[in-house]
Amino acid sequence: MRRLFALFAPTLALALVAAPAAAEDAPPVESDDPLFEGGKLLLTNGVTGIEGSSGGGVATWATIGGLETDSGVGLTGHVTLIELPDFGWQSHGVAVGIANRVELSYARQNFDTRDVGAALGLGQGYTFNQDVFGAKVRLVGDLVYGDPLLPQVSVGIQHKRSRDAAVVQAVGADSAAGTDLFVSASKLFLSHSVLASATVRYTSANEGGLLGFGNAADDGRSLQFEGSLAYQLSRRAVVGAEVRTKPDNLGLGEDDWIDLFAAYALTDNVTLTAAYVDLGSIATFEKQRGGFLSAQLAF
Amino acid sequence: MIALPLALLLLQQVPPADAEGAIDWDKEFGVEEQVRDPVTGELPVDPYEQSNANAGARPFSGTEMAATFGGQDGIRAIAERTVDLSHEDPRIAAIFAARDMVRLKRTLFEQFCYILNAGCDYTGRDMAKAHESMGATTRDLNALVENLQQAMREQGVPFAAQNRFLSKLAPMSRDITAK
Repeated sequence: MRRLFALFAPTLALALVAAPAAAEDAPPVESDDPLFEGGKLLLTNGVTGIEGSSGGGVATWATIGGLETDSGVGLTGHVTLIELPDFGWQSHGVAVGIANRVELSYARQNFDTRDVGAALGLGQGYTFNQDVFGAKVRLVGDLVYGDPLLPQVSVGIQHKRSRDAAVVQAVGADSAAGTDLFVSASKLFLSHSVLASATVRYTSANEGGLLGFGNAADDGRSLQFEGSLAYQLSRRAVVGAEVRTKPDNLGLGEDDWIDLFAAYALTDNVTLTAAYVDLGSIATFEKQRGGFLSAQLAF
Repeated sequence: MIALPLALLLLQQVPPADAEGAIDWDKEFGVEEQVRDPVTGELPVDPYEQSNANAGARPFSGTEMAATFGGQDGIRAIAERTVDLSHEDPRIAAIFAARDMVRLKRTLFEQFCYILNAGCDYTGRDMAKAHESMGATTRDLNALVENLQQAMREQGVPFAAQNRFLSKLAPMSRDITAK
């Protein structure tokens, strides 16, 4: 520790001496960072969903994460906790937005089975883990501006890799990795302060991919729907409802998801989302209804 | 030590006052001095066809929106506050620095007043002409919207009505931002 300090002390002293001189010579500091200059209207970057892509939390939107506009680069990070009667679901990740055109994202999901793990013979607190690599491209339209009847339309891809190959194949999944494709259309109807979003997803994911993809008989690909309806209360606050349909490839009685959410932009960079979620039956354990809490930091 | 000779040298570089007066550089380069109208205080603009269609949106029907915005007085306060905020906003001040603030405040008021159906005609240019070669980006537009939102908020306009008004302005983005 002392040696480390000895190493840094001269550098630090030099920096302190050099700083005032540099400040006098340097041109006036630009008020905005050229890389992360921001510029999106509050909340129009959406909030990060459980799969790392921007949206309403559970449903995916056509929005591009990050606060950048036409020419900048944006960045978001998120942490989400979902507390259910029998499970604990946690997700965290990062996304980069480029020129409000392209979104590249990564999310890690950890799904804690708690007592259920023991009941199913997996072991107490057995945790399913999944990596989700996503890309989304805005094709046409703008969430806020332009033709009021032309929504922002994006297409996206999410490559999901379960880290529990042996277990998900034992429960009947065809594969531990899969790729979702989706088309999403979102628009803020300013005349009514309402945001509407619809997404069609071509997927074979069981419980979003945590229980693998497809089943023993086939790859189980089908078209599923994600919809959000939200009302803007103020520049900073929005409340809404979402629905997300899912396949039932494993015959476990997998249910569609619904949620009621409230999002608040605490600052230009921090958005908090709280929701009531009803995830239905998960691995035959029914009525998984609980709380959803998410924090997003965006630049 | 060298300050005095340097000052003398610099003084020599300055041409005598009468020599400068001999050449009218404005005339040489065809620069016409812009004189503000003594009544309106506005700078002259090239002639154009005046029409309410230049406002870029159909007005609301009925008097509800005009009343919500505090009539012409409220709308004038919002338009002028939006211009003042934007003029001082480091994000977009450069765009406003080259504008005639007097004329802008009047035409913005007229446009808002016309769209809100508060009994005005719009006499300004259309949105494409008014923003020609301005080079405005979506980021600039968002900054302007935030300033307008602040002005409306200060005037006590409820958020839903703010958004209703913005719904008339948002489609104009195609003519306002540079392609």
